[in-house]
Amino acid sequence: MLTLQCPYCGVQAEETELHAGGEAHLKRFGPGASDEDFEAYLFMRENPKGVHFERWRHVNGCGKWFHAARCTMTLEVFGTYSAQTSEPPQSIRAAISAKRPGWQWKDFA
Amino acid sequence: MSTRLAHTGRLLTKARQIAFTFNGKHLTGFEGDTLASALLANDQMLVGRSFKYHRPRGIIASGAEEPNALVGLGTGASFEPNQRATTTALFDGLAAASQNHWPSLDFDVGAINNRLARFFPAGFYYKTFMAPRAAWKHLFEPIVRHSAGLGKAPRDRDADTYEHFYAFTDVLVIGGGVAGLQAALAAGRAGAQVLLLEQTPHYGGRAPVDGGKINDLPVDKFVEQIVAELETMPNVTLRLRCMGAGVYDHGYVLGYEQLSDHTPGIPGPRHRLWKIRAKQVITATGAIERPLSFAGNDVPGVMLAASVRDYAVNYGVSVGDRTVVVTNNDDAYRTAITLKTLGLEVPVILDARTKGGGDLMVQARALGVRVETGKGIAKVLGTKRVTGVAICTQAGEGAVLEEIACDAVAMSGGWSPVVHLWSHCGGKLIWDAAQAMFRPDVDKAPTGASGEAFVLAAGTANGALSLGAVLSDADAAGKAAATATGHKPKSDSAPQGETPAEALIEPVWMMPQGAGVKLRMKSWLDFQNDVKVSDVQLAAQEGYESVEHTKRYTTLGMATDQGKLSNINGLATLARALNADIPAVGTTTFRPPYTPISMGAIAGEARGEIFQPLRRSPMHAWHEENGAYWEPVGHWRRPYCYPRSGETHADAVAREVNQTRASLGLLDASTLGKIIVKGPDAGRFLDMLYTNMMSTLAVGKCRYGLMCSENGFLSDDGVVARIDDDTWLCHTTTGGADRIHAHMEEWLQTEWWDWQVYTANVTEQYAQIAVVGPNGRKLLEKLGGMDVSRETLPFMTWADGALAGIGCRIYRISFSGELSYEIAVPASQGRALWDKLLAAGQEFGITPYGTEALHVMRAEKGFIMIGDETDGTVIPQDLGLNWAISKKKSDYLGKRAQERSHMADPNRWKLVGLETVDGSVLPDGAYAVAEGVNDNGQKATQGRVTSTYHSPTLGKGIAMGLVLHGPDRMGEVLDFPRIDGSVAQARIVDPVFFDKDGEKQNV
Ligand SMILES: [Zn+2]
Repeated sequence: MLTLQCPYCGVQAEETELHAGGEAHLKRFGPGASDEDFEAYLFMRENPKGVHFERWRHVNGCGKWFHAARCTMTLEVFGTYSAQTSEPPQSIRAAISAKRPGWQWKDFA
Repeated sequence: MSTRLAHTGRLLTKARQIAFTFNGKHLTGFEGDTLASALLANDQMLVGRSFKYHRPRGIIASGAEEPNALVGLGTGASFEPNQRATTTALFDGLAAASQNHWPSLDFDVGAINNRLARFFPAGFYYKTFMAPRAAWKHLFEPIVRHSAGLGKAPRDRDADTYEHFYAFTDVLVIGGGVAGLQAALAAGRAGAQVLLLEQTPHYGGRAPVDGGKINDLPVDKFVEQIVAELETMPNVTLRLRCMGAGVYDHGYVLGYEQLSDHTPGIPGPRHRLWKIRAKQVITATGAIERPLSFAGNDVPGVMLAASVRDYAVNYGVSVGDRTVVVTNNDDAYRTAITLKTLGLEVPVILDARTKGGGDLMVQARALGVRVETGKGIAKVLGTKRVTGVAICTQAGEGAVLEEIACDAVAMSGGWSPVVHLWSHCGGKLIWDAAQAMFRPDVDKAPTGASGEAFVLAAGTANGALSLGAVLSDADAAGKAAATATGHKPKSDSAPQGETPAEALIEPVWMMPQGAGVKLRMKSWLDFQNDVKVSDVQLAAQEGYESVEHTKRYTTLGMATDQGKLSNINGLATLARALNADIPAVGTTTFRPPYTPISMGAIAGEARGEIFQPLRRSPMHAWHEENGAYWEPVGHWRRPYCYPRSGETHADAVAREVNQTRASLGLLDASTLGKIIVKGPDAGRFLDMLYTNMMSTLAVGKCRYGLMCSENGFLSDDGVVARIDDDTWLCHTTTGGADRIHAHMEEWLQTEWWDWQVYTANVTEQYAQIAVVGPNGRKLLEKLGGMDVSRETLPFMTWADGALAGIGCRIYRISFSGELSYEIAVPASQGRALWDKLLAAGQEFGITPYGTEALHVMRAEKGFIMIGDETDGTVIPQDLGLNWAISKKKSDYLGKRAQERSHMADPNRWKLVGLETVDGSVLPDGAYAVAEGVNDNGQKATQGRVTSTYHSPTLGKGIAMGLVLHGPDRMGEVLDFPRIDGSVAQARIVDPVFFDKDGEKQNV
């Protein structure tokens, strides 16, 4: 039962208030995309033991989607941030670097 | 014989006698007894039969680790199986019954399995499932079925109530022994909010029984003082009879409080489930004594040494007149000393260590007890009760040196810290070879949201075994937890504990160490599941090297006690068999709850109506008053039909369909989802959401739309109305409103967040009533207020206005093929309009109809239904809905997916109508068979039924289905085998069975 702070309403929400939305920062591929790109977008997911970026919705709360950066091993939460961005903000990356020097996740580091 | 002693019993109130029954036999005990202590006081050592071999089983332990003494408790609505006698407080009128025996506890037919033991080896189930099927069916299954199952499930609805309780605290201390109390005190004195849970009815744990002194006081006195101080502290909460059941992510802990199990009948909930968020958790959960593995260690009368001591000191019960003590550590000497001091006989202490013990051994010898070092038990004599032991050297193979008569055996194989709660959320363990135990690895504690440790183990649970070490460890843990939660601990020092100096334990995993197979086959590891030393060795020999695999293969530790006694002995045995180190083999995963908790506590108040609140339409009460037969749809209840007296449901459905088609029907359509989508980019957004074009829909018009998932599959459908320039109202299916609203929000918030669109789910703001049938227009004209003519309000348009003085919006849409008006009014006006329509419709024979008539009429028209024609694998193209897929749009959700080769495959099954040759109704879900067989050797298929009804309009069975090349095979007859082996034949036809040109709706 994780707790995550909703960056929109500020509530320290627990998992029963939240809806998990899987991997964050997916790039959508639509008509015209190659089979490979479309397959990767639709099905291929990171499953890291360590730093991960996820989408969550504060569903039994303000209803907003947000992103969380956390460690799947230690359950440490590095931070939560707006869902309206295609990459983790610098503050979040810095917070992760402070705890996990040399971390990497897809194209981000 | 076990019996009540005259002068001891520190937890008893002997002035209060309590009457109870066991297997119908009337017995008495005292206030303060557990069921187990009261049974032993009545010489009821035999309490059950084991799971597999039905061997006689006696009480082994005195606490939560007890594997054998499981009973059915209570009767009728209060019956509960598998209750642990050792943790069940005795109360007046308690009725207990033993389990797993037939016909009686003393004479059990299933015990024949015991003689067949060599046919039930480790991996029995695996092996026999692989064996010839006939052997399983005719030989094994009847035997296993007869004896399977632990206890009986209750038959009646639970008469008790339960509740959930939420708590937040700085420091949660699990365990109210001396360690827990000291940790709570240290944290509490620092000013932290402290909550302490103790699973038993008493503070102090086992320290008062074990003796020694704290700050020069007897342990009992110290416990009294510290509890008194804690009780005065406003920042400290103490709960007895409340078990820490599980530790979860980010400091979430479940507590299980048994409020009235010991006083049944008092008002209020029986159990309370505590949902706790703690910043720091201290597990002061003590340790569990391990059995020793010698032949016959399961014979009733063989018990854990410390438990023998508990029964004597706490409950004034002697488990035998002559108790042989067998041990590999010093602690068991306390039992010998206690028994001897109480005037009971201890014929011998068998200490497997060649050098024996420390100060306690000296004390025991001074009391005149014979101590044999380097010796052990070759085997226990007796079957339903210990009659003696044969002793041997521990170093040998079990040659009998001497037989010693006794009626009880107190065994100790050392102590295992209770690391369950430490481990639940990822805390790691280390093997402490000197103390022969797994204990918490303080460097690998469970971590919380900050990445810092949030669990601390304290006292015995942390591997500190002597009283002094326990207290200083607990004091440090309490102070550390206080510091971690932002408090400043006092600089006082921990209380001083004084106990005799002890010699080191020597691990003994088999007794004697060279025991042959005959002895090993009688050396039990798991008493509840009948797993022996030989079973684990066999598993290792057959290649099961992982402890998790061995667990499943042998069922070691899989019983309701979850291996509290057996796990460490089992994995040590496995390690020996694999010639590996114990830490290399590791432990199985510790999973919550620590001991089973009631289903009632898990459910809490959520039962009956509260389990899942029902959604009711504004006309719900009318439906109820008028005899609706309900159908659950999502969280709603919708009338399936309204049977009149003497009518079957089928009769009612036929009447409702016929009357609607002939004259006038009325449908409560309020549950349909209604979502407003508004904003400058709303049209663009809807074009992405629906397969067809919504941005071009004219204001005042309606359009049927399809929504797909990004995977291309059809997900929902409904009519969309353009309200004004930047506002659309989207109807969804009844079950789809919340899901589709969430779907919209997800795309808006996470993909197209720069688009200016707002959505609102207004499903419950409106009541919606469908007026359906050839006389529908006349009815609305009679109510008056709006022009509902064909010219002013043609098919697929809508208009705002007022009917009979009630403000409304009328949509001219139809799901039945009839002239149809769906009238939306504010929810508060729904019932008023419904009543007016019914009253005014009398002259037309107005007939409310339910969901089944709705389904029949839509099927007669060939309209698809989400969830019938779709199942998450169907795309709109499969259903012949290409007309609703825009060719002009460059993109919509699902478009790219539908271009994949498998989706464009001409061999995908396509929607057709199906008409039985004999007019009967096709079975729902039936498959059309084809020539040949598939890869699994089953008959090949070429289609399946998706919807099937009797059509009252056409007087025959009609169906829809998906069929290979279906639309090209009109007129062909397919075979649909029924479950009874007969075959229904159906002809492929157009899915529109009725009014193909839409003349009835378009008037
Ligand atoms: Zn929020």
